[in-house]
Amino acid sequence: MTVPVIELRGLARTYPGPPPVPALRPADLVIEAGGYVAVTGPSGSGKSTLLHLLGLLDSPTEGSYLLDGLDTSALNDRDRSALRGRQIGVVFQAFHLLPYRTALENVLLAELYNQTPRSDRLRAAADALDAVGLGHRLDALPTTLSGGESQRVAIARALVNRPSLLLCDEPTGNLDSRNAASLMELLDQLNAAGFTIMVITHDAGVAAHAGRTIVISDGVLSERIEVDHA
Amino acid sequence: MRRSLTGLPLPRLTARDATAEAVAGIVQRPGRAGLTMLGTVLGVGAFVAVLGLTATGAGQISHQFTVLEDTTVTVEDNGPANNVAAPGTNPAIGFPADADAIAGHINGVAAAGVWWPVSVPDGTNFTGSLALSAAASQTINLLAASPGATAAMGLTMVAGSPLSTYENDNSQHVAVIDTSTAAALGISAARLASHPAAFVDGIAYTVVGVYSSAQRVVTDESAMLIPENTALADFGNPQPGIGNQDEAQMVVATRVGAAQAVSRQIAAAELPTDPSRLVVTSPPNPQNLQSEVSGDLAGLFLILALISLLIGAVGIANTTLVAVLERTEEIGLRRAVGARPRHIAAQFLAESTAIGTLGGLIGTCIGVGTVVIFAAAKDWTAVLNPAYTLPAPLIGSVVGLLAGAYPALRAARTSPLAALRHA
Repeated sequence: MTVPVIELRGLARTYPGPPPVPALRPADLVIEAGGYVAVTGPSGSGKSTLLHLLGLLDSPTEGSYLLDGLDTSALNDRDRSALRGRQIGVVFQAFHLLPYRTALENVLLAELYNQTPRSDRLRAAADALDAVGLGHRLDALPTTLSGGESQRVAIARALVNRPSLLLCDEPTGNLDSRNAASLMELLDQLNAAGFTIMVITHDAGVAAHAGRTIVISDGVLSERIEVDHA
Repeated sequence: MRRSLTGLPLPRLTARDATAEAVAGIVQRPGRAGLTMLGTVLGVGAFVAVLGLTATGAGQISHQFTVLEDTTVTVEDNGPANNVAAPGTNPAIGFPADADAIAGHINGVAAAGVWWPVSVPDGTNFTGSLALSAAASQTINLLAASPGATAAMGLTMVAGSPLSTYENDNSQHVAVIDTSTAAALGISAARLASHPAAFVDGIAYTVVGVYSSAQRVVTDESAMLIPENTALADFGNPQPGIGNQDEAQMVVATRVGAAQAVSRQIAAAELPTDPSRLVVTSPPNPQNLQSEVSGDLAGLFLILALISLLIGAVGIANTTLVAVLERTEEIGLRRAVGARPRHIAAQFLAESTAIGTLGGLIGTCIGVGTVVIFAAAKDWTAVLNPAYTLPAPLIGSVVGLLAGAYPALRAARTSPLAALRHA
């Protein structure tokens, strides 16, 4: 039996008050390798809290989070940083590209801290940009890129280290419908290539691309029953 | 490769990568970086310029100073402790007969010799011809001088030669006179070949040389130099004792910089039995003079330089802090892709240090340029001490490092979540 990429056991996050806000109530969830999961829910329902916990950007107040079978709640900041750098790729709604660095340099940033020789980093970054269809724009500055292109650079940055988990926070939130469709196609291809993907979205169209949809409401996770489209 | 509990290599930022990130951070905003380093540029520049200008000025002063005075040592005969001379006569001079040769053995002595003003009665008649006995009773100084003394006086001869050892050893009646004396006596340099004589109260001295100027002793007076032994034979011993104005003295010309060393040795060398009889006068230590000159104004300017450096540090600290606040998004992103707090701190420290170093380098260049241009305009020799000049850019580095410490600490404490939410 393979180890699931994500296993949550009673994971919860309460923001200290006053009054304390239970942003995520104790949740259990298992995502197998190669899975494609959408998390949907209205604003303020706890989507981002879940993403931050899964991305190791925040720590839970209770429960445990196993990434590739490893209990992350027992790790110190140094080890969590190592996991963030290697095992998790995050794509943000706001792209978060460094404005004065080229597309290639922005992707290289994700490899800066992980002890890879410089020449290997360059090759991996160019390959990642090539994989998202931007092999011809390596030296473009973010200011000259369209929204769709910027988000592709951000995806290239997230997957350059071949992480176990690709977390996407409203990846189409800042894109027009045509760019959004093209981006979802890219995510489909990446999932087909073996990446485990979790997309956080309030867009039903985006959620429809995932094989599995989890609804979050008032901090409570619930699995949406599979609908047979056939 | 170090690995964490997770089995993954630990996040790491090499010095090379940190430097590259710092340079990229500076280059992407050249205008701001330039303004940020301005204080450091001014501070380090002022520091280098002040040190260079004071060294150049002091060097110039001590250069002029060394040419003559620093190469002159004077030894005076203060007379014996117990005057054993017969009444009405003076004791023998304190210098030995071979005083010139003894002084010549001291390392650093270029020439040395004994001389004294010959005491002649008032109304002594100096004339160029017995036929013209009515001629000038001039204010001519009659000096006894050993051959070494004439050499040490540094006479510039117009005609003939200075006094020789042969003439002195044989107490010959010869004289060397300066051009003004020659004119007063009606002896022209061209007539030297015909062996003209100068008469002092009827005693003839054949003029063997005429000089136009001298570096020491007989610099600006009408003088007639006769051999030491001739003077002893004709006029007796000089009166000893400093303050008599005609005691025997020794003039020593030393090589540049050797005056201090020579002055410490010469009394014992000349008169080992009673060195305290000889009073040695050496020029003031040029280093003391130099530090006196540098001391006053330089101190003020160095304080100004320090103030500029302080302002530079505050400037760097402020800009780096603003950059940290401005770049929270970048900090969050870097943390999200695996950077540890220390990597963030290292990056901002590297940036502020690089700005400081660059400012220090530019400041040093400006400071050196200022000194060189100033010296060139004054036709002086620029003096820059490598011990202060070469490490000067490091002052900028230190300023940058210190100024970046607090902002870097703040950056390191930024939580990735807050940073990304902030954007």
